[in-house]
Amino acid sequence: MSKCLERSGVFKLTLAACVLATPTFADGFGLGRTALPEEIQAWDRDIRPGGAGLPEGRGDVYTGEEIFADACAACHGDFAEGVGNWPVLAGGFDTLADKDPVKTVGSYWPHLSTVWDYVNRSMPFGGAQTLEPDEVYAIVAYILYSNDKVDDTFELSHENFAEFEMYNEGGFIVDDRAETEYPTWRTEPCMQDCKDSVEITMRASVLDVTPDEGEDDASASQAAPAQDSTQVAALADGGSGAEASVQTAALDPALVAEGEKVFRQCAACHQVGADAKNRTGPALNGIMGAEAGRIEGFRYSKAMKAAAEDGLIWDEASMAAFLTRPREFMQGTRMAFSGFRKESDIEAVIAYLKSHSE
Amino acid sequence: MSDPTKTSRRAFLRGSAAALAGGATAASAGTPDPLITEVQDWASSLGDGVDATPYGLPIEFEGDVVRRNVPWLTADTISSINFTPIHALDGTITPQGCAFERHHSGAIELRKEDYRLMINGLVDRPLVFTYADLERFPRENHVYFCECAANTGMEWAGAQLNGVQFTHGMIHNMEYSGVSLRTLLEEAGLETAGDLADKWVFVEGADASSNGRSIPMEKALDDVLVAFKANGEALRKEHGYPVRLVVPGWEGNMWVKWIRRIEVMDGPVESREETSKYTDVLANGVARKWTWVMDAKSVITSPSPQSPIKHGHGPLVITGLAWSGHGKITRVDVSKDGGITWETARLGTQGDTKALTRFYLDTDWNGEEWLLQARAMDETGYVQPTKDQLREMRGENSIYHNNCIQTWYVKADGEAENVEVS
Repeated sequence: MSKCLERSGVFKLTLAACVLATPTFADGFGLGRTALPEEIQAWDRDIRPGGAGLPEGRGDVYTGEEIFADACAACHGDFAEGVGNWPVLAGGFDTLADKDPVKTVGSYWPHLSTVWDYVNRSMPFGGAQTLEPDEVYAIVAYILYSNDKVDDTFELSHENFAEFEMYNEGGFIVDDRAETEYPTWRTEPCMQDCKDSVEITMRASVLDVTPDEGEDDASASQAAPAQDSTQVAALADGGSGAEASVQTAALDPALVAEGEKVFRQCAACHQVGADAKNRTGPALNGIMGAEAGRIEGFRYSKAMKAAAEDGLIWDEASMAAFLTRPREFMQGTRMAFSGFRKESDIEAVIAYLKSHSE
Repeated sequence: MSDPTKTSRRAFLRGSAAALAGGATAASAGTPDPLITEVQDWASSLGDGVDATPYGLPIEFEGDVVRRNVPWLTADTISSINFTPIHALDGTITPQGCAFERHHSGAIELRKEDYRLMINGLVDRPLVFTYADLERFPRENHVYFCECAANTGMEWAGAQLNGVQFTHGMIHNMEYSGVSLRTLLEEAGLETAGDLADKWVFVEGADASSNGRSIPMEKALDDVLVAFKANGEALRKEHGYPVRLVVPGWEGNMWVKWIRRIEVMDGPVESREETSKYTDVLANGVARKWTWVMDAKSVITSPSPQSPIKHGHGPLVITGLAWSGHGKITRVDVSKDGGITWETARLGTQGDTKALTRFYLDTDWNGEEWLLQARAMDETGYVQPTKDQLREMRGENSIYHNNCIQTWYVKADGEAENVEVS
């Protein structure tokens, strides 16, 4: 019962005011406003099993392979095999009962709609909701192809979507703990002589995978500034290093701090600072002013190698251009990032990168 | 029961001897303690004035009581998890600043002014609420635990991580203030939905992952909260500021952060987080889905590998946490011999439903080796199973919902280690 109606019993005038204030509400508090169709359309994007909610569109395996190489392969690998700890999307069939099951889109996912929904809504990592429906259809077609579930001429569309059956569609049961487990666990517990003897059968120290004190991120970032300042001081003594130290000294600390925040968008793939290692993308210490593609052993794209041979130097202009539209600046780059929208972000992140001169 | 005065006297003597043997700096009987006999700096000079810290942080001496992660566990910290330092906490409420975080696309910064919550689908009136709107609905306060379904998930195949923070730290327990989801759904009207028995709500967040989950209507109308405060203050950004969903007793993944949309539907979406993840593969390769409830579980937080016994022989407080997604914890038993004999622990407070309960066993330790275990019981009579019992039922590949009894091997020197026992 709404407050308006409760009050209305006492004051007729109030009733009139309430009705005027909330003309469309028969009950409730009259809070919030009606969601507009355009707003619902913008946010209500979930796709249901069978494909309910899919927009019209189509995409084939060939197109999907190209988009996948650009937007997905940095983490998931060119063949959806997964890079490092990132998810494997292909293969693993008939491994679910093995000691180490390989749960991929092909071997495990029960509904194709889930793939479309997730790619459309949450991928690529760091650039969610930037794909067009046709691109999503193409990527999903390519993922099916990488799982050997379709041939290379396959085209996926809103018309044939519902026909596709996933390999592991029948591989799930609804939670049955209430029937299979709870009767066993809901018994009076033993208190005395519950077993004859006890032996240690396994010890965590044998594996030794527990992080040490100080190994985690917090302490690493604490250590970073100190190390950097030592490096800067050491460089100032040398000839060629002088410029770097001057450059570092001239940086606006506020801008660097802002850049550190912006850099979080890059941190999925790139590390910078003390102990920075190559990840999906190369470590970025000393990148500003350096030659492109200089880290030995890092798997650069053909495009990056070509640019390096042409003598590309990462100065402010080239870095800003790259970070504005990576794939326009360098067609074929593996960097999945679609570019910063704000110039101020680019300026800040460049300042941040400069603060990590080697 | 022994005479407490005698116990403490014996303990004092033993404790002193142990302290000397261990090279501890606390003065023993006979040598005056300079901390008492000499005027200390803090007893003479002045401390900080008010406002030295406009928002206070723990004192520097507690700097090691922090969330930590396991770097090899995930590809990147942006889509990862860290762990509450439960070995160093007491009571039941988890401070927000050290309560574990789990993000799928990083912790976003969303201003209250930019916050919108939409309710649509099979409702009479699709609605949009602002943050200010939410604060005008009748509010409730409840303490609930939030446990990631993967808590203890790394321990299925064997004892692996040597610290209760890492084995059991994907949990926190806060007092939430918010509006019941039932209130908001009724505001939008459920007549259009017809028979509610087979209806669902789909909930999703404003971040890039969206982390959409389907919740059956029965639960949505039962005790789910749309919360905007935790432990009396605004949610931290890592916990979904300004508004998150609280789904009491159910796996943490459903507690959608930065919640932006609730859709009433006639079936589940079968989103990524409820098909490819948060489903539990059994030994035969078939997977359980919709395993929402977190079964009863307990663990000894001290002594434990990160909280060894340092005080020598004599009185020892064994303490830990117990919880159940089915309701209240009614009893916790502790075993020192790996499960041969058990004694019932004292509950610090009578447990709230679907909230952490603290337990204590006030005992004596004289350097003997222990295989310490805790076993929780809840109001439905559910008794926490052993790891072997769970493995027999499910195999080793479930990842999620490992609520087994944990064993700490306490050694003669007071150190403790994560072990498995027969």
